[in-house]
Formats: sequence, C-alpha cells, structure tokens
Amino acid sequence: MDIIVCIKRVPNLAEAEIEIAKDGRRLVADDLDWDVNEWDDFAIEAAVRLKEAHGGTVTAITVGDEEAEEALRRALAMGADAAIHVRDELLAGADPWLTAVALQRAIHGHPFDLVLCGAIASDGASGHVGGMLAALLGVPCVALATGLEVRGRTALVRHEVEGGLEREVEMALPGLVTAQSGLNEPRYVSIRGIRKVADMEIAVKTAADLGLAGKAMECRVRLEGLSLPPAGKGAEILGGDVDTAVATLVARLHEKGGL
Amino acid sequence: MRRILVVADCVGPGLDDSCWELLTAARTLAGAGGRVAAAVLGHGVGALASELAGGYDEVFAFDDPRLVDPDGEGDALALEPLIARGGFAAILLPHTNRGIDLAPGLSVLAGVPLLADCLALAWDGDALAGTRTVYGGKVHARVVAAAGVKGAMATVRGGAFPAAAHGAAGGAVKAEALPAGFAPRRHAIRTVAPAPGDVDISQAELLVAVGRGIEDEENLGIVRELAAALGAELCCSRPVVDKGWLPKSRQVGTSGVTVRPRVYVAVGISGSFQHIGGIKGSPYLVAINKDAAAPIFGVADVGIVGDLFEVVPALEAAVRKAKS
Repeated sequence: MDIIVCIKRVPNLAEAEIEIAKDGRRLVADDLDWDVNEWDDFAIEAAVRLKEAHGGTVTAITVGDEEAEEALRRALAMGADAAIHVRDELLAGADPWLTAVALQRAIHGHPFDLVLCGAIASDGASGHVGGMLAALLGVPCVALATGLEVRGRTALVRHEVEGGLEREVEMALPGLVTAQSGLNEPRYVSIRGIRKVADMEIAVKTAADLGLAGKAMECRVRLEGLSLPPAGKGAEILGGDVDTAVATLVARLHEKGGL
Repeated sequence: MRRILVVADCVGPGLDDSCWELLTAARTLAGAGGRVAAAVLGHGVGALASELAGGYDEVFAFDDPRLVDPDGEGDALALEPLIARGGFAAILLPHTNRGIDLAPGLSVLAGVPLLADCLALAWDGDALAGTRTVYGGKVHARVVAAAGVKGAMATVRGGAFPAAAHGAAGGAVKAEALPAGFAPRRHAIRTVAPAPGDVDISQAELLVAVGRGIEDEENLGIVRELAAALGAELCCSRPVVDKGWLPKSRQVGTSGVTVRPRVYVAVGISGSFQHIGGIKGSPYLVAINKDAAAPIFGVADVGIVGDLFEVVPALEAAVRKAKS
C-alpha cells in the first residue's frame, strides 16, 4: 500500500525563554531547538509499520522553510522511501487551510491508499490540517487515532471520542488518519541513520510549481498578533533554597489539610 | 443582530456541559435581538432537543438511526446543508474530541474559515476574531477569520465561557432530515471504555501527579515515595501513559480521568489545558517544575521553581518528619 505522511518541523519550547519578535507575529527563533512535531513522529512510525507489514511505499511531505528538510531526513531515516518539500517564502505565514491546500496540490499525481498526519502540531496547535486535507482530497478521515490496522481496502481505526471513551471504526480506503500521541512507540533515529539518507534526493516544489497563485494563496484565518499570557493570579512562588521552599510548602500543606 | 449556530456535543445519554457554555458565547456574538440555534445529531435525541430548547431560540434535531454514534464525517454531511441555507454569522463547536473530529472537514464542506480552540470570541467588524493559545499554552494568539458572506466557524475550549442558565422550554424544535445520498465512508464498530485500573483516582482526596519532567521510568520511584509519604494516590499526565510507564487509568485530563481531590501536587507537569481540564473542584494546587514559564504556575496556588530531582526527595523527607 502507498502511504503519504505529512509532517512539520516545530520549535521545542519545553524549557525555552520565549520572546516575541517586533512584528508581533513570530517568536525570536535564534536560541530555539527544533524537532519533528511529536505527533508527526507517531504518524511516520505508523506509516513505516504498515509498509513493513503490507509492502508499498511511504512518501513524507512537509510545507516549510529550508531548515524543514531536517524533518524529511528524519522521516527518510525512519523508513520513508521518498520525500517532497514544499518550500516557498509565499507560504511562510500559511494558516491550516492554506497548508492543507498546498499539501493537496503536492499530493496530486501521487496515488495513495492512506494519508497519515499528526493530530496536532505543538506550535500552532489547531489540529486542522489533517481534517481539512481529507476534505480537499475527497477522502474520509478519522481524527485522534490510538490504534490502526489495515485489512484489504479497509482501515480499522481506534480513536478517542466523547467522554474519555474510544471508538473502533472501519474506514474505506483511500482515507486519512490523524495520529494521537501514544499510537505506537516511534523508533529511535541515530545520527548514523540520518547520515545514511543524507544523499537521498528530495523533490522541492514552490507554490508556482503547485499552481498556487492569486486567490488560491489566500489564508482564511489571519494571525493578528502574538502576546504573552496575562500574568493572572498565578501561583505564590516559594523562594529560598530547596530546604526553605520545602519547609514553607509543608506548612502550607498542613494548613490546607494535605498532611 | 446575528444568527448563531451551536453544534451540541452529547456524552452517553446526556448533553455535554459545553452546550451551555457555548450558549453564553453564542448569545454574546448574536447581540441584542439576535437569535441562537443549536443542532443536535443522534438517534432518539428528542429529549435532548427539548432540553436544548430550554436555552436556545431554535433547535435543529437530526434524529436518525444512521447517526446513532457521533461520527465526524456523517455529522459534517448532515450539517452542511443547514449551514448553507441558515445564514449563520458564526457556527460554534466545542473543542472536544468530537469537535476536533468534525470541525475541519465541515469547514471545508461549508467553505467557511475555522478558528481553533478559542478562549474568547468577538466581532472585528464583520469578521469573527478569537483569542487562543499556541506553543504549548505559553503564548496567546489573536486570530481573525476572513470576513465572508457564509460566516465563520470556531471551536471553543471547555470552561472558556460560563454555562448559561436555561429553563424548561421556550425555543422551537425543528426536525431535520439527512441529505439525499447521505453515505459516510466510515462506520463505528464498537465503543469501548478504557480498562479499569487497580485504583480509582477520581475518588482520591490527595493526589501526586507526575509528568514528562520525570524523564525516565526508573525515576518514578521518587514520586511514588512522595505519594506514599503524603498518603496520596499517584496519577500522571498524558506523556507518562503514552510511554507506557503508568496505566491509562491513572491519567488525569480531558482524555483521561476527571479528578476532584482536596490537594493536587503536580510534579514535572507543564499544565496543558487537556491536563488541567481533568482537575475539578478547585483543589489546593501545588506545582513543582524547573520551567518558571510553565503554564501550570498560572493555575497553581503555590509553586516551587526548581529541579524536581532535588525538590521531591526533600519534600518527601520533610513530610515524613512533619508527620512523625
């Protein structure tokens, strides 16, 4: 079966100092670490496992700047057979809709049985690209998958639904599945593994290559500005060395009936 | 004066709390003299439609055996014709698993912009504008939908708006038929609840919760010891379950268990809204995290910014000493 997996390179902000750029629409990126979006890692792993079980190909696609090639190299090292890099400064501020349009155009001409996306990206956190892409491709979609098997022309997907429940659904292929975290255990990628795929050719497509111009390049949602959240009430931060802070905390817990 | 549509989420036989939170949002957006409508989809939803009519001006009830299980594709196919003819200025969905499954596809079918996971909504002229969080909750973004004749959609975070009061009756219920040629390509086989765990954390008074900051399974011992010292149950955030270090039955959050403790000690947890959404009843919330910018400090009562590998053993020792 032929599988397409859509991925994104995102900054890792777990412990980063965050600074908003002067234009108010970007983060100052100088000191940030970047990685493949966590959810996309599960999508790549799912794609490669299905290929290993059923044969076929895996093609990774990203929409991103020059550096985003790193994400594609990682997918190739995990077992993808080919990669497409949609790269154009005109797509730099793309909203989920325009990103989905670009992905659809890039997929055009590549027959597929299944498209896999991460359920959400840790930066923009919309979780829209997968569902929008499915609708644009005219295929069914199941979001937030925690289990995935393929039997003939049907995908058996387990996904998270209302009230903390999970539902198993059958979806006719071709179709699209978005991967929830925990779908599988993504394989380890060594530096050596990345080096091995360093020379693999990656197809680069500009917006013009995809026939994107004029109205087709319009976003549906405009980012007006980023801001740091209002301080709000916030926690009382206990200062001093560890022993002092802990002693105060024990006193607080005593007052609140936690001891 | 605008007409607003809310898509109702149901859990089991009842309406989700989001139905009444979105009513507040819808009334605000509708303005004086505006109208708020709800759409409810399922099989045997008559009672739910009547309940919604206690708060909404009109209720569109899609009642059909083919809608027995919520289904993002089927629900989108059903709602699209209503949106096409309804003249709604805004269509609101909850940012729940159901909303996440339904909204993106529906927005493409309906040809309208979609704002995700909004904390606040307002009009910017004729355009729907929202405030949302990005970058793991550390940054707020103001987003504006392209203004169009067809309106705009938004999914709304749980708890972002207070639930509206609603009464016994009032609005008109209209039966809606599924469109001709309704043929979703996905079908539910069965709905399953996660396996029950060895302990029911939803009933625990004292909880120690551990998150990604613990770094490795073998480090869990120190939080187990802290929990033991406090007489608390151990629970966790999603990454710990994803890695298989603790069972799903110990995961607190919107995709896990909802808890109502008196005291909640969050260790190495950044505080995503999905995690915080599972903590109810306003416990005394303690946060221990080395990242001073972690969103957990925005909701905690008291916090220690520090290395959990130093703070947790010191706290355990201090608790044991205080108790002895």
